[in-house]
Amino acid sequence: MSKITFILNNKVVSTTQHPTVRLIDVLREEFDYTGVKEGCGEGECGACSVLLNDRLVNSCLVPLGTVHDQKIMTIEGLSETPQGKLLIESYSKEGAVQCGFCTPGMLMASHSLLNEIPNPTDLEIKIGLSGNLCRCTGYNMIVNAVRRASKEGVGLW
Amino acid sequence: MVDYFIPTTLIDTLEFINNNEAKIISGATDLMVQRKKGAEITPYFTKKPVFVFNIKELNFIKESYEHIHIGACTPVSDLLNHKGTPSLLRKSIEVMASPALRNLATLPGNIINASPAGDTLPILYILDASVKIETLNSNRIVKVKDVITGPRRTILNSNEMITEVIVPKEEFTKSDFVKVGGRKADAISKISFTYAVKIKENKIIDLRLAFGAVGPVIIRKEELEEKYTNIELSKFKELKQEIINDYRQYITPINDQRSNKEYRKKVALNLLGDFIDTL
Ligand SMILES: Cc1cc2nc3c(=O)[nH]c(=O)nc-3n(C[C@H](O)[C@H](O)[C@H](O)COP(=O)(O)OP(=O)(O)OC[C@H]3O[C@@H](n4cnc5c(N)ncnc54)[C@H](O)[C@@H]3O)c2cc1C
Ligand code: FES
Ligand code: FES
Repeated sequence: MSKITFILNNKVVSTTQHPTVRLIDVLREEFDYTGVKEGCGEGECGACSVLLNDRLVNSCLVPLGTVHDQKIMTIEGLSETPQGKLLIESYSKEGAVQCGFCTPGMLMASHSLLNEIPNPTDLEIKIGLSGNLCRCTGYNMIVNAVRRASKEGVGLW
Repeated sequence: MVDYFIPTTLIDTLEFINNNEAKIISGATDLMVQRKKGAEITPYFTKKPVFVFNIKELNFIKESYEHIHIGACTPVSDLLNHKGTPSLLRKSIEVMASPALRNLATLPGNIINASPAGDTLPILYILDASVKIETLNSNRIVKVKDVITGPRRTILNSNEMITEVIVPKEEFTKSDFVKVGGRKADAISKISFTYAVKIKENKIIDLRLAFGAVGPVIIRKEELEEKYTNIELSKFKELKQEIINDYRQYITPINDQRSNKEYRKKVALNLLGDFIDTL
């Protein structure tokens, strides 16, 4: 049986699942990374966001075949990093989490945005998070949280 | 039995698609949604999938004196970060869904998906972009507008792959891409209008117009563009009604539309009228 191997949160893992299986399903069911959420299942809500080779992608759109020999990071991996820790703290200080369903995806998108633009304007934050839907917060607190992380995390990104 | 392939080189890919009934999967953003039978069910492919997204030699943006060459597996977000990207192309990519989607979506995927609402298509038509199509033993360069023959239909054979998109560098006096309607997902309700014009000494010396999502394919009529080229700007404006009438017959929103065809046709022609008024 052929195997698909990749680096998941800094560890080499492999799976015998078929390469057309969605990455989100493998992450949640086989590797138990349930911080990766399924909202829409079609690329529109961002709840399933992960990093593929350090870039934000929707894991519901990524077939397993695409990640072979590549690097994936989920919210579980991000939250172990200084950047992840600071983002989580900023989200909680700004009250940016209500039901929390969108939060893992929002954090991934926030991190990815700050990687590209360490000191974003509010507009750049909104564009950076434009693929992530939140039904609870009205977004303002989330934008504030990213701004706070950017200010407090000078040099981290 | 090998029922899929994850190549790392182009030559291996071409060999595989030559010897198998295969399906190229690039960013997979169209395929995963189209082939999905329901939430949490594995997308089902009838042909052997070939996962090309990470082929390094197909991920590049290179510039020559006259062209920009974009490797087939370059995600469109890279074009936003590249400073030599033609401004029209940049504009059409900026409106494509979200950053996460743009990190996966590719130009060949947009082309071969051949949706009349594909956002980069009117731009690729207007800029006279071409694609390099390769097989194991041959290659050919074809204009994007000649690749697409109808909604979801292209000239590509199953042993062929697009390896590169080639976009001529052009400077226009004025150009814009206007997209009307839902920002994402609701692709069929969109109307897009793209123009690029060169004006010299108050004369139109190059005119290019394209409409998206109001017909089975992108509408660009070179014979009409020629008809209205090499005329004075003031004269061009006077001809507004005639120009609109000339285009009217080609604006044919697709039949399976549930949205109001008449409205969409009217908006498309109004965009054309506005363009003429404000040129
Ligand atoms: C949530 C969401 C929002 C979207 N929003 C937009 C939008 O705003 N505007 C827009 O234009 N599109 C949009 N799309 C559609 C899609 O993202 C684009 O069409 C994208 O460019 C497809 O590229 P891909 O690499 O993901 O294609 P894939 O899904 O990998 O492939 C699409 C087709 O192209 C073929 N193909 C891909 N690469 C090659 C190649 N190199 N050679 C030969 N054949 C090839 C495949 O076999 C397949 O038939 C959206 C999609 C989703 C899911
Ligand atoms: S679940 Fe993937 S984007 Fe909504
Ligand atoms: S906090 Fe509930 S969806 Fe965002």
